[in-house]
Parts: sequence; C-alpha cells; structure tokens
Amino acid sequence: MLKIENLHASIDDKAILRGINLEVKAGEVHAIMGPNGSGKSTLASVIAGKEDYEVTQGHIVFNNENIDELAAEERAHKGIFLSFQYPVEIPGVSVTNFMKTAINETRKAKGLEEMPAKDMLKLIREKSELLEIDRKFLSRSLNEGFSGGEKKRNEIFQMAMLEPQLAILDETDSGLDIDALRIVANGVNKLKNKDNAVIVITHYQRLLDYIVPDFVHVLHNGRIVKSGPKELAHELEEKGYDWIKDEVEA
Amino acid sequence: MSKYTEDDLREELKTKEYQYGFYTDIASDTFPIGLNEEVVRAISLKKEEPEWMTEWRLEAFRAWEKMTEPEWANVHYAKPDFQAISYYSAPNSKPKYNSLDEVDPELLATFTKLGISLDEQKALSGVAMDVVVDSVSVATTFKKALGEKGIIFCSISEALREHPDLVKKYIGTVVPQKDNFYAALNSAVFSDGSFCYIPKGVRCPMELSTYFRINQGGTGQFERTLVIADEGSYVSYLEGCTAPSRDENQLHAAVVELIALDDAEIKYSTVQNWFPGNAEGKGGVYNFVTKRGLCEKNAKISWTQVETGSAVTWKYPSCVLKGDNSVGEFYSIAVTNNYQQADTGTKMIHLGKNTKSTIISKGISAGKSQNSYRGLVKISPNADNARNFSQCDSLLMGNDCGAHTFPYIEAKNKSAKIEHEATTSKIGEDQIFYCNQRGIDTEKAIALIVNGFSKEVLNKLPMEFAVEAQKLLEISLEGSVG
Ligand SMILES: Nc1ncnc2c1ncn2[C@@H]1O[C@H](COP(=O)(O)OP(=O)(O)O)[C@@H](O)[C@H]1O
Ligand SMILES: [Mg+2]
Repeated sequence: MLKIENLHASIDDKAILRGINLEVKAGEVHAIMGPNGSGKSTLASVIAGKEDYEVTQGHIVFNNENIDELAAEERAHKGIFLSFQYPVEIPGVSVTNFMKTAINETRKAKGLEEMPAKDMLKLIREKSELLEIDRKFLSRSLNEGFSGGEKKRNEIFQMAMLEPQLAILDETDSGLDIDALRIVANGVNKLKNKDNAVIVITHYQRLLDYIVPDFVHVLHNGRIVKSGPKELAHELEEKGYDWIKDEVEA
Repeated sequence: MSKYTEDDLREELKTKEYQYGFYTDIASDTFPIGLNEEVVRAISLKKEEPEWMTEWRLEAFRAWEKMTEPEWANVHYAKPDFQAISYYSAPNSKPKYNSLDEVDPELLATFTKLGISLDEQKALSGVAMDVVVDSVSVATTFKKALGEKGIIFCSISEALREHPDLVKKYIGTVVPQKDNFYAALNSAVFSDGSFCYIPKGVRCPMELSTYFRINQGGTGQFERTLVIADEGSYVSYLEGCTAPSRDENQLHAAVVELIALDDAEIKYSTVQNWFPGNAEGKGGVYNFVTKRGLCEKNAKISWTQVETGSAVTWKYPSCVLKGDNSVGEFYSIAVTNNYQQADTGTKMIHLGKNTKSTIISKGISAGKSQNSYRGLVKISPNADNARNFSQCDSLLMGNDCGAHTFPYIEAKNKSAKIEHEATTSKIGEDQIFYCNQRGIDTEKAIALIVNGFSKEVLNKLPMEFAVEAQKLLEISLEGSVG
C-alpha cells in the first residue's frame, strides 16, 4: 500500500530525513519509535504532504501511484490520514461542522454528492459511541480549550469518521490516561481490517500492548536504523535508545 | 502599485459626461455637474417636495459649504471633486442591458455562486425584466400584509408626499443636517431612500428588506433612510444585498436614522458589497455613511453589518442611549482584500441610567488592505450604572495587510462599567495544513476559519441573510492566499 524509497527531506536547507525506506502492506500495523528529534513527526508530515518540507530525494508511492506531486488534500482524498501530535485549534468551527466539511469535500473530490444530513448524523452517532465521546463535545469549537487527552481522542474520532486506508498516529498516546488510552486503542482496533493499515508513532510500549504491531522500526537521525518484530519494542522500553545509538555509531 | 488618482476620477467623469451629454435644462433627466443652491432647489422641485423640505436642504447645503472633508480616518484616497458630480439623475427606467448575454460574465459567475436565481440576476444587473411579474406580485402581497397592520414602508420621496408630517417630525433629529461633512452633503442632495414607520405596539410580521424595492429603480449615490419604531413596536430591517453592486457612481454618502421610541426595538442588518475596485485597487466605490439610532426609554437598537465591498469605507453605526434602561448593540464583520481600506466602528453614547451597550467587531484583512476599528464609548455624567462590553478581534491573512484598533472611552460617571477586549490573530499555516490533511483544500479551509472567526456576528443575522453572508465572505476572500 505504502512504499517509501530512499526519502530525503529537509527544511530551510537542514536535512531531517536522510534516506528512509519503508514498506507497509494492507492489513499491517507498523510502529515507529525513536528518540525526540529523530524525525518521526517530520516523516508523518512528509507522507501527508506538508509543503514546508522539501523532498530532496526519493519517492513516496501509495497504492502503486507516485504521490510526490500531490497536494495534502489530494493525499487525504486518497485515504491517508494523520492523527496530529499537536492538533491545532480552529475557533468558532465546531467538531461536527469540521467533520461535515471534511467528509463532503472528500466526497466532492470523488465525484459524489454531499452526504445526506440523516446519514451524517447516524455516522456521527455511531463513531462517537465507538470512542465514548459525549455528543455535547462535538458542538464545541475544534480543539479550542480541549485537554490534551480530549484532543487526541478527537483525532481518533475524526479517523473513525473518515475511515482512511492508511492512518498515521503521531504520539496519540501522549496525554491520554490509561482509561482513555484503552478506549482509543479499542477504537483503532475495531476499525482495523485487512484492507487498511496503521503506522503508530510512539515513545512507549504502553500503547503497543493494545495496538499490537507487526513490525517495529527505530528512527534515529533521520534514518530507520533498526527494524524488528514486536519484541523490539519491549527491548527498547527496557534498555532505552542508547544501545541502538551505540550500535549505529559503532 | 498605481493609485487611483483624481486625474483618473476626472477622466472617468469626462467619459460619463460624454455618455450623458450636457444638459442644461431642469426638465432633463440628468443635471449638469456641479453643486450650488440652484441645484439643491432644483432637486427638491424635481421631487415635488414641500417648501419646508427645500429650506431644510438649503440649510444643509449652506452648512456643508463651510465644512471641510474629515481627515482623521485611517484611509487614504484621492479626494473627490464635489463640483465634478451630477447630483440628480432620474430613476433609471431604461434597462441597462437587453439580455443577460450583455452582462459582465464575471459578475454573473458571482451571482451563480451566491445562488441567485436568473430573474433576480436580471433585476440586479439591470437587465430588462419581462418576468418581473413575480417580484412585483410578491412586493404587492407584502405591502398589503404590512398595510393591514398600519406599517408604512415606502421610498422616502413617497413618504414626503404621503406622510409629510411624520417625515418632518423625525428627519434630522438623530443625524442633524450639520452633523458631519458627508451627512450635510447627503441632507442637501439626497436622491431617495427608504422610509419605514411601525405603529405603537405592532410587531412587524416579516423582515423588511430594501430588496423588495429593487425594481423601483436605483436609489442613487446619496441615499437617505428613516426608520421609526413607535412605542412598544418591533421591526427587523435588512439593507443591501449580497449581490455585488457595480455602480457608475464612485462616491456614496448615505444617511440612516433610526428612532426607537419607548419600549421599541429595531434590528438593522446590512450586507454591503459595493464594487471594491479591481485587484490593483482601481475604480472602487467610496462609501461614506452616517448611521445613527436613538433609543428612548427601555428601547433597543441592534446594528449588524457585514461589509465586504467598497474601495474606501468610512462608517460608524451608532446608538444614542437617551432613555433609561435602553440598549445598544453593534455586531460587525468587515472584510478587506487587495487594496481596500476600511475605517469602521461604532459610537455608543450613554445618556440614560442603566443603559447597556455591546460591541462585537470582527475585522478580516487580506492582500494589501488596511482594516481599522474605531469605537467610542461615551458615558455622560447622568448615566448611572451604564455598562459596556467591547470585543474587537482582527484576523490577518498574509503579511502585507494591516489591522488597527482605536478604542476611545470617555466615562464621566464613576458607576460606569466598561470592559474592552481585543485580539489579533493570523491564519496559520498549521491550521491550513490541518484542514488540508482532512481533505479540505486551502480556499475552503480559509472560508471555514473565517466563518468560525465571524460566527458570533453571523449568528446575529436573520437566518437567510446569514447563509448569503457566509457565501459572500468566501467569495470576497477567494484567491487571497496561495
Ligand atoms: N519546521 C521546522 N523548522 C526547523 N526545524 C524543524 C522543523 N520541524 C522539525 N524540525 C527539526 O527536525 C528534527 C526532527 O523533528 P521531529 O520530526 O519533530 O522529531 P520527532 O517527532 O521525532 O521528535 C528536529 O531536530 C527538529 O528540530
Ligand atoms: Mg514528534
């Protein structure tokens, strides 16, 4: 589904991603771990099409199509979703209105009619129940005054609404207490099927106890320096990242 | 950037003169350019006004002659040459075009985006209407329903003929002839406008809209509106329309007077979309408006406005809270793009006890535009327990535009409670990327963010107007980023 080949990206002439290779197949869960500043969020943003970053080398292929030249919204229409590490606030725009716009814009791009209000309400009800979100919450301004945990849960709610093919969850676990973590992970698992895929970016094993990865990758200095099965995450949890750094530098 | 200069204006007027030819006799439909007592008298005569009205206009003219154009607003433009304007043009009965095919396609595209029906498009762009029957019959039914309640809603010329006593009693009581330069000019030469009277205790059953009067011909560049809500009555009045108004007249100086007698309420909503000039800032309308309302005891006046048009806007809808317990409100969205300049705001004059005012101003600037809020809250010595809350938010799009806030407070009574909040924000790249990531393109993302920003004001508009206004905001900001 997703194939990243020798991806180099920089911002203001500062190289951040320095040769990423990654393949994600339908039905898989990949975890990306790594120390702060190693480039995890940058990778997520570049896949999603953020234009601030300049891709200097390499390609991103999604469903056999090179998406290097596609705008962020076009990538979204194709089914790429990013749960942001730091979701932004949009004052005066309710969660419901935002989702309605997002869904209908995506439908428009696919040549479909707007979703009838009745169906929209039904979808909202269904997905808010899945994530145990109080419906009153949905009429609040997007992310404005939300707690860290509320923001993250709202990201996953949006994912549930949009049903992407590829979801990238960037530190969705940070800011969530254990109950919320369980609800969110549960939601992700319920939405998971053989046709979609998830990339989980995290520092902690904790989330991976719920969303079990097929592969774990360690990102360091803009490169994937180690990949392995889910046990690698346990090892990292125990030993930290230093041994990997040593291994790489050795 | 090339500024629109006085020379350009002169050039434009020259072609206009050519267009209309030179007329010298009073019987013609358009007066020669220039302004003097004779012209003022002739306007009044043309309109068959009573003697007192002629005198009233002359008084205004004499005052105007001694006044100079104000310079304090934060706008810069080539001053119009007031002697180069023709001050009377008969209501245009000839259609401007014979069919829609002759109308500027860009204008029609905008109409379509706004969801305006074909018939309405014709009416608005001045195409000969053969299907006008519909709107005429609507207007007629409408008039009948109002008549049954004793409500008067007509042009001010008609009111001067049919209800001279009412006009005489109230005109100029809120905005005196000599109030300011533009108001004095308007008082001397106003061509037409609307008049509305709601009798005691009557709740006007529908939104009164100038829209219904559209087929009565253009109201011209010096429009005069007078709305009187008698004791205990209520009216919601809609002015303007969202369709872009292109007008040959560069200068517009309107006066609106509202009078809310004891326990009455007036809601006055405006959507203004005069031609703002092209992308280089050329050719737009100068809009200098004086709007003021007077509240007697327990009365309430709310001004709500969405301003997207004009090259230069100078406008401060105000409330004089004369009666005890009266309430004044001002809700405004002002959008400027390209080279537009807006200096708008309000004045809340607290005279009575326990008077209350609320000001919510949302300024949105894009392109190379300048958007200023200017507000005065004045609490007079007798206004015990007066309260004001003001909130002025500015939203900037890009780095070349400007937002400015000038709040003035004059409190002469110690019991006054005045709160002022102001914020300035910028549409962030991160906000736009967030929307993009959800499948919303940049244009739509901006519309969404702007609508969110303006929501408190949009919510104050009557439902249908709000939907139109929302679309208008989107269109006004099209192409302003990216
Ligand atoms: N917009 C930016 N401008 C400058 N440097 C950036 C920007 N975004 C990220 N970086 C830098 O790129 C590196 C990787 O950042 P990031 O991808 O956020 O790491 P992670 O998510 O792994 O903590 C860091 O050194 C960070 O400072
Ligand atoms: Mg990060």
